[in-house]
Amino acid sequence: MKKLIQGVLFGIIFGFLLQKGGVTKYHILEGQLLLVDFTVMKVMLSAILVGMIGFYFLKEKGLAKPHIKAANLGANIIGGLIFGLGFALAGYCPGTGAAALGQGNLNALYYMGGMFIGSYVFAEFSKPLNQSVKNWLNKGEITLPDIFHLPERKFIFVFGAVLLLALIVLSQF
Amino acid sequence: MNDYYETIQMLGKAAWSPYLAGALIGILAWLTFTFSNKPIGASSAYATVAGLLGKLIAKKHTLKLKYYKENPPEVSWGLVFVLSAIGGSFISSITGGEFEVRWVPKLWEEVHGSSSYSITAFIGGIFMAFGARLAGGCTSGHGISGTLQLSLASWVSLLCFFIGGIIGAQFLY
Repeated sequence: MKKLIQGVLFGIIFGFLLQKGGVTKYHILEGQLLLVDFTVMKVMLSAILVGMIGFYFLKEKGLAKPHIKAANLGANIIGGLIFGLGFALAGYCPGTGAAALGQGNLNALYYMGGMFIGSYVFAEFSKPLNQSVKNWLNKGEITLPDIFHLPERKFIFVFGAVLLLALIVLSQF
Repeated sequence: MNDYYETIQMLGKAAWSPYLAGALIGILAWLTFTFSNKPIGASSAYATVAGLLGKLIAKKHTLKLKYYKENPPEVSWGLVFVLSAIGGSFISSITGGEFEVRWVPKLWEEVHGSSSYSITAFIGGIFMAFGARLAGGCTSGHGISGTLQLSLASWVSLLCFFIGGIIGAQFLY
């Protein structure tokens, strides 16, 4: 119960911040996919940069546990591309669309209806999909520092600088 | 420039700096990891609702499916998180003077008129949910929570979300 109350509180903050960040607006989301508005990338890369540094220290202090998903690259790539097409058609992703509903975009209900169908279709075929696509290029729960053979702290330092640079470049758009 | 370019510029920006909103979402991720031991995510909430609906219609069948055996459809942190995000965005948009009831997004209306958004978004939702389940997450679960943990699966998925999205948007606008 305590956990659910936390979920409510954190969810309210999440929706609030998505709305303030402009990423609940259909034209801003489509604008990103059309590469004429870079608000979405600004929000995401800022969140990743700040989140990455803080999470690393929380993990080091034993205050947070990692939740790394297994890299089933075949499923990540195929699923990712299908997701992207759907994202373009709907004009919202699952989180920003929920928040869009909160700002009065009742049109978000249309894609939500589709999401329930799509989720159930996946569940219906989850067994064969798990035995096939989900095993293609299965690399396990690996991270970028693993791939680059760098200690995590060093990787974060370098990668943090790259993200910061990307954000500075984006500020010109 | 394309005909949609000026429309997107005209339809307005984010209320806050996207960098600030993004950085605060990064801090919110610290909190959800630390206090709830949960990554921010959105797409699985839709699968939960689909499972709850499935339980109403065909309980035995639904609970037999592999996905729902592993992810029982019941009220969870992830579900209340997304539902509450609707409320958070409502608070933000009402207090910020951005709340507006709409059944068709403005950009769509300007370019395509008021018809056919519903079916397009509905199909988009089906694709998006199926793709998210196959890839193992969406723009929140992979795109923020997974990437900030430097998960390979998440960076590959995020890249594919945008590749698919950029291609998809070319068909629409």
